[in-house]
Amino acid sequence: MKVPLKWLHDYVDITLPPRDLAHRLTMAGSEVSEILSTSREWDKISVAQVVDVSPHPNADRLHLATVDLDGERITVVCGAPNVAPGQKVAFARLGAELIDGHSGQPTILKAARIRGVESAGMICSEKELGLSDYHEGILVLPEDAPMGTPLGDYLGDTVLDLDITPNRPDCLSMLGIAREVAALTGQTVREPPLDYAEEGRPAKERVKIEIADRDLCPRYCATLIDGVRIGPSPPWLQERLLAAGLRPISNVVDATNYAMLDVGQPLHAFDFSRIGGRKIIVRRTRPGETITTLDGSVRPLAPDMLVIADAEEAVAVGGVMGGAASEVSEGTTTILLEAANFNPTSLRRTSAALKLRTDASLRFDKGLSPELAMVGVRRATRLILELAGGRAAPGVIDVYPGKQRVTRITVTQERLRKVLGVRLPVSQVRHALVSLGFGCRWLPPDRYVVRVPYWRTDIRIPDDVAEELARIIGYDELPTTTLAGVIPAATPQPARQLRERVRDILATAGMQEVITYSLTDTESLAKVLSPDELAAHPPLRVANPMSRQQEYLRTTLRASLLETLAANLHHRQARMVALFETARTYLPRPDDLPLEAERLVGVVSGARPDRWGHPSEAPIDLFDAKAYMDFLLERLSLAPTYEEADDFALLPGRSAEVRQNGQRLGVLGQVHPRVAAAFDIQQDVFLFELDLEALLPHTGKPRRHQPLSRFPAVEEDIAVVVDDGVTATQVGAIIESSSLVQRATLFDVYTGPPVPSGKKSLAFSVAYQSFEHTLTDAEVQRERRRILERLSRQVGAELRG
Amino acid sequence: MDLPLLQELDDIQAKANADLAAADDEAALESWRVAHLGRRSRLNLILRGLASLPLDERRPVGAAANRLHQQLEEALTQREVALHEEAVTTTIETGRLDVTLPGRPIAVGRLHPVTQTMRDILGAFEAMGFQVVEGPEVEWDYYNFEAVRIPKDHPARDMWDTLWVDYRKDGEYPMLLRTHTSPMQIRVMEQSQPPVRIVSPGKCYRHEATDPTHEWMLTQVEGLAVDEGISMASLKGTLFEFAKRIFGPERRVRFRCDYFPFVEPGAEMSIDCFLCGGQGCRSCANTGWLEILGCGMVHPEVLAKVGYDAERYTGFAFGLGVERIAMLRHAIDDIRLFYANDLRFLEQF
Repeated sequence: MKVPLKWLHDYVDITLPPRDLAHRLTMAGSEVSEILSTSREWDKISVAQVVDVSPHPNADRLHLATVDLDGERITVVCGAPNVAPGQKVAFARLGAELIDGHSGQPTILKAARIRGVESAGMICSEKELGLSDYHEGILVLPEDAPMGTPLGDYLGDTVLDLDITPNRPDCLSMLGIAREVAALTGQTVREPPLDYAEEGRPAKERVKIEIADRDLCPRYCATLIDGVRIGPSPPWLQERLLAAGLRPISNVVDATNYAMLDVGQPLHAFDFSRIGGRKIIVRRTRPGETITTLDGSVRPLAPDMLVIADAEEAVAVGGVMGGAASEVSEGTTTILLEAANFNPTSLRRTSAALKLRTDASLRFDKGLSPELAMVGVRRATRLILELAGGRAAPGVIDVYPGKQRVTRITVTQERLRKVLGVRLPVSQVRHALVSLGFGCRWLPPDRYVVRVPYWRTDIRIPDDVAEELARIIGYDELPTTTLAGVIPAATPQPARQLRERVRDILATAGMQEVITYSLTDTESLAKVLSPDELAAHPPLRVANPMSRQQEYLRTTLRASLLETLAANLHHRQARMVALFETARTYLPRPDDLPLEAERLVGVVSGARPDRWGHPSEAPIDLFDAKAYMDFLLERLSLAPTYEEADDFALLPGRSAEVRQNGQRLGVLGQVHPRVAAAFDIQQDVFLFELDLEALLPHTGKPRRHQPLSRFPAVEEDIAVVVDDGVTATQVGAIIESSSLVQRATLFDVYTGPPVPSGKKSLAFSVAYQSFEHTLTDAEVQRERRRILERLSRQVGAELRG
Repeated sequence: MDLPLLQELDDIQAKANADLAAADDEAALESWRVAHLGRRSRLNLILRGLASLPLDERRPVGAAANRLHQQLEEALTQREVALHEEAVTTTIETGRLDVTLPGRPIAVGRLHPVTQTMRDILGAFEAMGFQVVEGPEVEWDYYNFEAVRIPKDHPARDMWDTLWVDYRKDGEYPMLLRTHTSPMQIRVMEQSQPPVRIVSPGKCYRHEATDPTHEWMLTQVEGLAVDEGISMASLKGTLFEFAKRIFGPERRVRFRCDYFPFVEPGAEMSIDCFLCGGQGCRSCANTGWLEILGCGMVHPEVLAKVGYDAERYTGFAFGLGVERIAMLRHAIDDIRLFYANDLRFLEQF
């Protein structure tokens, strides 16, 4: 809502500089987002008075006009037909920058000889000043324009651009803002002038108005004005409309727009000669009905929309837009002026269905008071008479089936104290409310009866009144305390705790966390999921996506991570990248919200860093990626097992399923080169994925302390040759099954001569230790023989020579 | 008395001291020690043979031998120390390092700046007794809108441009991507009785074109406290405390009237612009104040809807954007950087 201060001044005295006024309004709920100025440079142009007009000696259509610039007199040649002595005008001296009246291009005013007469200056038209396209005559300023004043100072204005919240449709008007300003600065509101002369046959004898669907139209007011002359509005009004952000059209339309901005009531002017049967019916649409609206579109109307119809057809979509057929045009002489009130819910649906949001609909859908219709119609009628001449038929036709009682709210002092945290003095409460136009009656010992002014449709309950008090007194004036009372009992949040630990552990390990978008497209998902997997969890679609790339709720994080990796590789060169994300995937469930399953995905690629942190010659491999997984699971006190996996996105033979106690936790592996290529990644990528919910039951218990033996450990190596198919984990487990073995640590894996092909050598460092005594050599050797026997028996291992 | 053993001790001493002066590394010192103080050294033999000496010799020889033993041990220690110092001096002189060289790289991982800021925000509220609860990102219209007083066809719906899930029931879309974390207020209150004191973090979504200050995916923290005796005053105090914890103890705050359908009175909190010191700059749109969050007293109809006694209990609620806080803290001027995940950006935090 743009509020030119000169316009606002019609209704309230402005006692603060614009910045301070803006601050007060902002603090009280109507945020001023910008303070604009309509003033232009207009260098060397000032207000002057025409003191003499005489004919040009050599040209019939030209005049010689003498202007007074507060003492200084200059005579210039003037071609305007409307120039006359006594006028206040905008006078440009030589060197002023103007718009050329013919070419429309900016030009600098130079001295000229016109038909033999020297002319050193110019009386300007609106077009020359850049105010409008009007060039048929000079701009005539109001009589009280101060002579000699720079035009910029006189015509310019300061405009506050306000963000009005949806609960305050009353503030979508100069009068509404004036009420706020009055309350906030201790001023009084001047009521808008609503009176005008009436003559002829009473309006209600000439047109019949009927509301057929009273639920959708609580009130319909109308006046009739005969003998109007359609033409442009005067400059002052055009300027105000422009400053408020509306384009001037013609005097009658401008008057309705002006009245809407002035008092907040949307209006519509019909050409009465186009209203069939001299009858207005406010009704729901008929099946198959259409209307051509003012903007020229033919719009099919749905059932349950409300139209304004004449005897035959719809002439307007109620509260949204008028019809083209009954539009005011140049030949219009009689106006039927409408100011109605519409059901906000129905109106909003209609406006949404027609995809038509107008200044009118945006006001009606927030719930205007029906009382406002009478103010609006009288204000606009008066303006039309002022701007377009004509005669108003006596009386306002007022069909008002939805009249409501004045809202009265009983507010206890106790409630105000509860909400605001302070006991306000009665005088302060009364003063604040009265300044806003409320009535306030104090009923001791504890009650106020508050009468709500009609324009405040947002005030319904005592707490609404509390807000009024708070914003007028100032939120910052209310006391500030800490939260007292009992701290509620805590419920455990294991899933969140696990996620946060996982994040910490992986960051500690050197991985970078990323957060990627939850929405994706099916192509991305299909790159990492098999058709079966996609079919098992068909992703939920967004009905109104912003783009095709953000259409589906992801069922996996893999694609997002690979896309992020790919996007970073070009500036990483070969440097190692290790990324992870913990986020939700959305797995649909029939007729229910999706299952939001928390997943962890990590991707690793690039080369190991050298001493300088630069990529070395050694590209990372599966075990670099596994290191993160091992570290994570070890820190979470899990002891997982790995088995070869079969996964659509991973390379067979280089992928593993991670299990704990037989339960699947996730996968780890090299991304299949076909999948990597689909993301434009040409280098090896390793990926791991964990289901955090599957992890949850295995975590959270504190670790048990392992006692330390007082007796020394004996370390010995065991190197065995086994078949390729035997895993290091199997061999290690057999060694560690000995009660004297504290731990067995793998330190070498070797294939190649002299180890026969199809076999490999595994070397373990084995620590023997007892809790009872220092082990003797003989004991260690005996245990070692037993271990070797078991290895031989269980996995066919031979001691490597 | 002129005893040959005493003379020999003098000779040992002279030789030992001369040898020691010549010993210039650890190995030489060790062989010197074996030669002069070892078990088979002449001095040790003399000491061990003292018992067999005649009584009148035993005393002076014993005293001299012990003195010599002690002197040699001390000399050895001194020589060791001297050699050590010499070595250090040599190291300093010849082993000079360019100390400006970088340390050997260790892998440094980082949390996303949104995660870091989120933790600080939640930590500030947890310290004030708020408990963190999380809820679904895909929500019912009921929780996102209806229950928080934004019925269908309410103009306030314009404040939240919504992404709807393509699932129809009775001709409507009942499922949506939550536009704010406010639905958790309702879910929590439906399942518990006052006192309530929670913060609910999470992702939210808006049908919104992106630009430097708008992103369609955003992270919010919602807060709710309901109990007897909660007022605007406690709301202001709690959020002031939060602002100080996040932005520094010297921060000032201001509250202005604002509108959200689920609170009454409604407010917006700003902090004094620490970027320009309140002088007015681009970040604070020349006002000297930075908008931080929306808040207010929970609307009594919201409380009544979940079955609370709205006469007895009052509450406050607030909601804030984590990205906005992170942008202010780190002087980030484009919100889109967060989810573009360019490592050159992420590695700065």
